[in-house]
Amino acid sequence: MNGFLIYVAKRFGQLVFVVVTGVTLAFLIAHFSPVDPVEQTLSLVTSFGATDPRSVEILRQSLRELYGTEGSLIEQYFLFWGRVLRGDFGPSLSAFPTPVMTIIGRALPWTIGLLTLATLIAWVVGNTLGAIAGYFRNSRAMKVVGLFVMALQPIPTYISGLTLLIIFGFLWPVLPISGGAQLNLEPGMTWAYISSVIQYGTLPALTLVLVGIGGWFISMRSLVSNIVTDDHVVYAELGGVPSRTVFSQYVARNAMLPQVTGLALSLGNVFGGAVIVEFIFNYPGIGKLMVAGIYAGDYSLVLGVTTFSVIAVAVAVFLIDITYPLIDPRVKLG
Amino acid sequence: MFKVLRDLLRYNREFLFGSLLIAIILAVVVASYFAPYDEMMTYAVIPDMPPGSEYWLGTNSRGQDMFWQLAASMRNTLIFGIVVALISRVIAIAVGLISGYVGGKTDQAIMAFNDTLGALPNIPILLLLVFVLRDQMTWPVLALTAALLGWTHDSRLIRSVALSLRTREFTRHAAFSGMRTTQILLREHLPYVMPIVFFTTMNNLIWAIGLEVTLSILGFSDINRPTIGGMIYWANAHSAMVAGIWWWIAVPMVAVVMLFIGLFLLAMSVNEYIDPRSRLARMGA
Repeated sequence: MNGFLIYVAKRFGQLVFVVVTGVTLAFLIAHFSPVDPVEQTLSLVTSFGATDPRSVEILRQSLRELYGTEGSLIEQYFLFWGRVLRGDFGPSLSAFPTPVMTIIGRALPWTIGLLTLATLIAWVVGNTLGAIAGYFRNSRAMKVVGLFVMALQPIPTYISGLTLLIIFGFLWPVLPISGGAQLNLEPGMTWAYISSVIQYGTLPALTLVLVGIGGWFISMRSLVSNIVTDDHVVYAELGGVPSRTVFSQYVARNAMLPQVTGLALSLGNVFGGAVIVEFIFNYPGIGKLMVAGIYAGDYSLVLGVTTFSVIAVAVAVFLIDITYPLIDPRVKLG
Repeated sequence: MFKVLRDLLRYNREFLFGSLLIAIILAVVVASYFAPYDEMMTYAVIPDMPPGSEYWLGTNSRGQDMFWQLAASMRNTLIFGIVVALISRVIAIAVGLISGYVGGKTDQAIMAFNDTLGALPNIPILLLLVFVLRDQMTWPVLALTAALLGWTHDSRLIRSVALSLRTREFTRHAAFSGMRTTQILLREHLPYVMPIVFFTTMNNLIWAIGLEVTLSILGFSDINRPTIGGMIYWANAHSAMVAGIWWWIAVPMVAVVMLFIGLFLLAMSVNEYIDPRSRLARMGA
């Protein structure tokens, strides 16, 4: 147990380090922005009609406080940290005065749902196919599958996304290609709403799965084809253990370990969002939010989303990492 | 070197196919230097012509010949990728070799920094930078940023090899015979990590080009400079699919798929060649 505590402490230190670096980086980049959020909001507010110059001045003062753009660089930096720790990124400019955190909170379930599901499906399918392909190396059918999967792997997300969009949106329009769910439905636990969410999520998820399978397939196949020649497998085969048991208990199980680590890493990255897929399918997630924020020149939204995803990815990877000793006991011994 | 190449071409079908794809792409890139008109020009030819004998790949709604547009785009996109790959390779090699050779506390410190940088999600940070720089975000700036973000994984790989080279006999010999550290790293250790460098360069190229295309499709780069992503951006902006000008979107997509599969096949076959186990299996041992 002592080894485990040291492991967790080390990982925690790393987490703090990553978060501090990421937040500092985001602050520095944003600080040199030519966009002044205060002036931008002012021009937004005053564009509706003539406003008394005095009230503009008062408004400017309170906006400065709100956005924390007062004082020296160091003061601003600590103010920024204070707001990050409170989870307060100020109001959004394009949806004034809704707080940025509220908007992020609205987009988060979509991104998490879509990406978690897609990652898990890609992992299961890729590993299953990879394990079979590695075990039956000389099977002609598996070679064809391998060729197909590996040809898909290097194709970038936007290409497969656009291709699916063209096929199912223009040539054979059977699936919705834009949005997260049917707009006229009340969000809730009704069957109509859930089935609509599934329908709208099919194409974006399929895109991510198609792109994701290849990597798992390739690494699983090479892992399995190495284990197949190991002594304990050869012995089991010679000893007449049914080949189904050899495959599942002797080979696949041993090959799983590194793949589980990989899965944990990709699950952590779910919080980074899938910008391109969400953009192509107009999916209401974090990535889409970020792009929309850039188009709208929404300073606080863009900064908020970046900071949030940096922290969320780091924390998620940390949480998954500290459960790792449960799978691999070697970590516990330190 | 030539013998290796000949063996790869003869015994490895993936390598042959990959080289073929890349050769086609390179031929198109070379052709871009013989373009009959300036690549930035619009309405140079009749708009919306389907592919045919006069315009091989058709023309788009902006009055550009798709073939010459593709050639210029492919050149610009490839140059971007190569610049990113080169800069990040230099960083990765330097960090990996030094960290592995020096070892101890220095190694730990460097790797802590390395892992921190690697743990940051790239796309949100790049998007924030694009947002802040706006029009000052030229492609060299983007290339430099991408290079600074894209070396961490590879330097770790290189370090792991350097770590084992450190304790080998010849390193000790070199050190005792008075070679300076830089000499040892460059003359003794670098050749050992070259195969890994080559393999990771391909992957880095794929990553960098993907990044550029991603940002261009979103319109976050100089959209007047022809790039593969820029072509798709303009096709989307003119709703090419709805207007029925399918070749406008198909040409860049097919080209980028060819490029990526080509690079991927090269990377994979070289990786397989480096690994003696799989090389033996291929030769039928």
